[in-house]
Amino acid sequence: MIPTALEFQLLLPVLIIAAGILISLIIEMFSSKSEKILPWFSIALFVSTAYYSLLTVGHERIIFNSMLAAGGTANIFFFVFTFGAAIVTLISIDYIKKIGMYYGEYYILLQSAVLGMMLMANAQDLVMIFMGLEQMSVCFYILAGFNRKKIKSNEAAMKYFLLGAFATGFIVYGIALMYGVAQTMSIPAIANGLLIYSDNIIFVAGLLLFIIGFSFKIAAVPFHMWVPDVYQGSPTSITALMSTGGKAAAFSSLLIIFTPLFATTQSTLFQPYLVVIATLSMLLGSIVAIAQTDLKRMLAYSSISHAGYILIGVAAGSELGIASVIFYLSAYTFMNLGTFGIISMIENKDEGNLSLNDYSGLGNKKPMLAALLAIFMFALAGIPPFAGFFGKYYVFIAAIESNLTWLAIVGVLSSVISIYFYLRVVVVMYFQKDENILNVEDSSPALLGIMISALLVIVMGIAPGSIINLISNFVK
Amino acid sequence: MIEQYIPIFLVLAFAITFGVVTVFSSEIFGPKRPTSEKLSTYESGMKPIGTTTERISIKYYMVAMLFIIFDLEVIFVYPWAVQFRSLYNEFGMFAFYSMLVFLIVFEIGYLYAYKKGGFNWD
Repeated sequence: MIPTALEFQLLLPVLIIAAGILISLIIEMFSSKSEKILPWFSIALFVSTAYYSLLTVGHERIIFNSMLAAGGTANIFFFVFTFGAAIVTLISIDYIKKIGMYYGEYYILLQSAVLGMMLMANAQDLVMIFMGLEQMSVCFYILAGFNRKKIKSNEAAMKYFLLGAFATGFIVYGIALMYGVAQTMSIPAIANGLLIYSDNIIFVAGLLLFIIGFSFKIAAVPFHMWVPDVYQGSPTSITALMSTGGKAAAFSSLLIIFTPLFATTQSTLFQPYLVVIATLSMLLGSIVAIAQTDLKRMLAYSSISHAGYILIGVAAGSELGIASVIFYLSAYTFMNLGTFGIISMIENKDEGNLSLNDYSGLGNKKPMLAALLAIFMFALAGIPPFAGFFGKYYVFIAAIESNLTWLAIVGVLSSVISIYFYLRVVVVMYFQKDENILNVEDSSPALLGIMISALLVIVMGIAPGSIINLISNFVK
Repeated sequence: MIEQYIPIFLVLAFAITFGVVTVFSSEIFGPKRPTSEKLSTYESGMKPIGTTTERISIKYYMVAMLFIIFDLEVIFVYPWAVQFRSLYNEFGMFAFYSMLVFLIVFEIGYLYAYKKGGFNWD
């Protein structure tokens, strides 16, 4: 069937980014000033896509021969990805100049990764999910090793590539088994026959492999081994996107698979699995983060524990659960982007100034940055009135309503543990005297990006009700 | 369900048996009259020089990548060209424009490789 003009119009967020990649390639080819043009072009691209996604959020439809979805939750994810990527671009402008790793393809790969994330979030077909995942992952493999003169960056890229390719293998094998039983790749068609298929051991094995593959991508324990090394070794701006957009995209694909599971009576099929990895991720992430002195490594473990909290919402398996997952992901995206933005500003060009001790006395030296970092730390720890608190609140409510009260209790305990290492940063900044001079190059674009994320974190913390209502409208 | 796969398993079992039997039977029953020429590495009749683990120039990596680009183009364009008449009857000019969009995307990538010096050997 020939796609109609309306379908193209609804797919416009994806098409804008795709066209933007091609235009960026042409700019990079012919312009000697591409280093100055491309970041601002990318930001314009991302912001316009984010705006258009929110504008058309109400037009929910299955398009392109039921390969893709438009509107609804997909567009909310589009907004998170593109707006997050715009902030990452703002952070990158001065950061990559400081590190000395401008090789032209940086922004193009960034746009390409975002395109992959968007395809993951609006796929209605297992092949589309796989294609989006590969597009995103391959871009991340390259970007992780983008600081190619540094051995750590190379190590991160290699580890990420090997383990990521391994996880992709699980996903493909899972898709193959599901296709073998269902004889279709279309997710709505599989959802229709789910009651029959869920008795089939081959189908369940395929689904389990698929979910295991995505557990790698969302960095849940016991599939988390790559996270600390990759997050620490990658350039900070890339870690920012990897830990937020990449994680959100993997969760969006998981939700696409799980939503039909919840809709049938099979919602408890994978609950034991999800509950176990959620518990392990929360506890291991929070406890091991205490021992970290490198800030990026600490945030890597914190990202593992946040994957655990988000999995509580998935395990709850209710409409509120899904809505809370989306809310948590958007809150987490902006909290983490702001934090990594500040880290990238304080980091010096030899990848120094990353340990906790380097932040001592920051409250006196750079009061603005210290105050912003304190906001993000409070938000990540889940202290009101910031977005992190309500993210956790809705997730725990969803768990309690689905009779998983003990899981909510584990979550609360784990966030109590996590308060220690988040607030330690604040303590070091404000209460530890340090006479060493900290050279922080001012970067107004990065500061703008950090302040926008701080604003979003505060807005989501003050008015969470209206946002969760908006999301709940589109969760079926 | 599983019965449908019996032919595949039969072929698989036959293939494995055939491979194992031929390899080991020539090992067991074949005459062994070794000479130094026979024991050396097979190099199409030439005398073998150097080791097998030679270092290969990174330039071949570019060749391999560019090959993939052209390979993909052929994979998509050739079947499209062969089936164009029936595609045209079903989809009209949409069949043509789809390929045109693919080729534009493709050529931009090709041009990028050219501009960045991907075709320069030195």
